[in-house]
Amino acid sequence: MLINWFRLSSPVSFYPLAGAWSYAFGALAALLAGAGLVVALWIAPTDATQGDAYRIIFIHVPAAWMAMFIYLVMACWSAAALGFNTRLSAMMAQALAPTGALMAALALWTGAFWGRPTWGTYWAWDARMTSTLILLFLYLGIIALRSSIEDPRRADRACAVLALVGAVNVPIIYFSVQWWNTLHQGSSISLTAAPKMAMTMLAGILIMTAAAWCYTIAVVLARVQAIIVERERGAGWLESLIDLRAEGRA
Amino acid sequence: MGEFFAMGGYAWYVWMAYGAAALTIVVEIAAVRTRRRRAFDELRMAAEPAPAAPSLMRTRGAR
Repeated sequence: MLINWFRLSSPVSFYPLAGAWSYAFGALAALLAGAGLVVALWIAPTDATQGDAYRIIFIHVPAAWMAMFIYLVMACWSAAALGFNTRLSAMMAQALAPTGALMAALALWTGAFWGRPTWGTYWAWDARMTSTLILLFLYLGIIALRSSIEDPRRADRACAVLALVGAVNVPIIYFSVQWWNTLHQGSSISLTAAPKMAMTMLAGILIMTAAAWCYTIAVVLARVQAIIVERERGAGWLESLIDLRAEGRA
Repeated sequence: MGEFFAMGGYAWYVWMAYGAAALTIVVEIAAVRTRRRRAFDELRMAAEPAPAAPSLMRTRGAR
């Protein structure tokens, strides 16, 4: 099957697809989250040393991974926006930032509520925690920068540059537990080594991560639809959407 | 059931984490839906011809 990717890069043809994919991934996310929660809260056994406090891992790890992945995806769209000067790439980057910020905030929040019972503190200036806090500030900075620039095309370029410069923080977060010996433990899941946890725990984390991916895709596509309507207002094609929407098709 | 919610004595920590995640998702979905609807409302307002302005002459005459 041949897909004309350049055609897809135009907001006109992307808009209806975004709506359909958003609902599909949203439904998938709900199914996966339901299954993941059953594993996380009922099937996975109580941890021998941490008791049930460890169950926070099923929220914490997917949120922290998503916070980093979303940043990298946003940086890629930003690079595309700068390199090819495509409107939709910049809109994708714009749509990813709020969800990335929420994931980073959630990673920090759940980490605090996991740290308190296991390390005895809600917060420490540990390398991984501090670099994740910087990630949150980068997201907030990009959102604030956009809202401070009137012309959307100039805002696109400024935000893209900031997103690309900030991408250096992602490997710092990832390797922080190896480079510095502070509070946060190292990785429990590796592609190359046997998992250091029960199979059901690992399964729970992977299902919840898949759910977080699907949720992110769904909510970001819905947001990019809103952004397309906001930004392409002058374009004539949008007005035909009004009728589609009235019929419940867009 | 009570035992489940007690989470082996870690109820506060576990439910603050899960609760925050649930709240985040609900709020984000609501915010995105509102944003999309508002964008459409503004588009519709811009597309529709402005309602006929009340004639200045007539309002003056009515007074």
